[in-house]
Amino acid sequence: MELLVASAVGMMTACGVYLTLRKRTFPVIVGLALLSYAVNVFIFASGRLAIGLPAIITSDAAGYTDPLTQALVLTAIVISFGMTALIVMMALGAFLETGDDYIGMEKDTLPQPTPPQEGKK
Amino acid sequence: MNHWIIAPVILPALLAPFIVLVMRHDLSLQRIFSTAGTAVLTAISLVLLYTASTNPPEVYFLGNWPAPFGIVLVLDRLSAMMIALTAVLALLVQLYAIGTNWDAHGKHFHALFQFQLMGICGAFLTGDAFNLFVFFEVLLIASYGLMIHGGGANRLKAGVQYVAYNLVGSTLFLFALASIYAVTGTLNMADLAVKVAELPAGDAALMRVGAVLLLLVFAVKGALVPLQFWLPATYSFAPGPVAALFAVMTKVGAYAVIRVYTLIFPPDTPSTGLLFADILLPAAIVTLIIGAIGVMGATGLARMVAFAAIGSMGTLFIAVAQFTPDALTAAFYYLVHSTLATAVLFLVVDLVQDRRGNDSLRAAAPPFGQHGLIAALFFGGTIAMAGMPPLSGFLGKLLVLDATRGPDMAMIWTAILVTSLITIIGFSRAGSQVFWKAHATTTTQARPEGKAEPLAFAVVFALLFALAALTILAGPVTDWLADTSAELFDRAAYINAVLPTAKE
Repeated sequence: MELLVASAVGMMTACGVYLTLRKRTFPVIVGLALLSYAVNVFIFASGRLAIGLPAIITSDAAGYTDPLTQALVLTAIVISFGMTALIVMMALGAFLETGDDYIGMEKDTLPQPTPPQEGKK
Repeated sequence: MNHWIIAPVILPALLAPFIVLVMRHDLSLQRIFSTAGTAVLTAISLVLLYTASTNPPEVYFLGNWPAPFGIVLVLDRLSAMMIALTAVLALLVQLYAIGTNWDAHGKHFHALFQFQLMGICGAFLTGDAFNLFVFFEVLLIASYGLMIHGGGANRLKAGVQYVAYNLVGSTLFLFALASIYAVTGTLNMADLAVKVAELPAGDAALMRVGAVLLLLVFAVKGALVPLQFWLPATYSFAPGPVAALFAVMTKVGAYAVIRVYTLIFPPDTPSTGLLFADILLPAAIVTLIIGAIGVMGATGLARMVAFAAIGSMGTLFIAVAQFTPDALTAAFYYLVHSTLATAVLFLVVDLVQDRRGNDSLRAAAPPFGQHGLIAALFFGGTIAMAGMPPLSGFLGKLLVLDATRGPDMAMIWTAILVTSLITIIGFSRAGSQVFWKAHATTTTQARPEGKAEPLAFAVVFALLFALAALTILAGPVTDWLADTSAELFDRAAYINAVLPTAKE
């Protein structure tokens, strides 16, 4: 299970980093979402992996799983979800204002040639 | 337990939703309540500053849960100083925004402004690493809204870059916190300080990874090379008063570095040692150089000031990287100075942009209204920023130079002195382009009208006056700051205040 979780975190981080470095806003946002998934699993794993154990210590339980990381990951999920929603809205606003979803400023050279199948012109 | 400690977080946190819900259609009511709120915040922060300078560190246990199980807020001299600086700056910037009508260019300026203050004050007060993350997010999400206030294609695009960059930063922050939690099992800063000191040797590697990731996060916030790329576009496209308020946001990064690397990972920690100083110093010197080159090469006034802000962060981090009491005293003095100086310059640039129509340094434009007055304010601001006598920048740089005597002295002194010269040349070039060459233009265009904005000019004068006061009172101020850095190095007092039962 450790191998599975570790490789899942690694894969998601690698894909997230790759997508975040793209030039258009949509892949960047997907990349950021992947990065936040990766970090959520990572936080969860930082309280040690335990299967089928309660989060609250009772006298008859065989052991317990760390409840604090579950609280932390919940906070992290809420925040990253809100942030992703916000960047989607901002990217949409920038797209509607400028007519393209290129992430650089206008002075930077646009990637040439522009794919003809996207947009009207 | 002193309940006033949580007031700087609670007051804006309650005021902001109140402004959104009750008075979203009435700008003048928003202005009255928001300004009154910030004024009360300033008063509270000054009281806290007085309390902190007479008492040892005070702790506020949220919900009365004992540390390390509950979240704690800690008021010591450093956090009181940062909150007072934030509140004073926020009050002035808010008056400027009202005086120039910036807050009418879009909706919810005042609500976002209060949320921003809540995040900044919380980040300065908290004694819990995960809570620090939460307050970082609060201040960031408000800053996203403030940054795109007023709208416009360029501002939105710069805003998307800024948000994307900071989301990556937040992800890194979570990775860092999770690694630290995995090793120590706690996120309370005082408890971390105890646990890290007695860490078994086998866990040192993971601890180092977490600690360096944390440094990267704070470097993003503090615009340290190579993570400074978000700053020029963000600051130059943000509305003027917002950019002036953001002057204190980079300082949140510097504050976090100072707090974490004096309290949790002091230089004598076996697992990390002087690792941070070794990473921080070269990065800070490169930051300073990049800032100076940017000031020289910028094509617009706002961008130039943004690079000057990067350069000032470089100087600040050079002092921080020494991790000695003297150097931290110098760093604090320079921190207060550079926050005020950056704010002055951003406000002056906003005045220029408003009257001239642009801030381009490429083409000369005819003189605009109130030309002479704004030129004088720009002159004052640049003298402070570049570190020329008689304003506090000069004293700040002298203190930094004096505190960095040692093996790296030649490199540091060369970097600071040469970049100061380059910055002075860059500022003079910009000033002559905008203010002097304007008289030589022979266009027949009508001279842009000046605007009587007494409040806005009064704010800029007040900030310059604050810089002058910081210069005149440099002696008492540095004495107070020396006590502050002495308190930071007295870790036992902080740890005992938070964890009364701890051994240390």
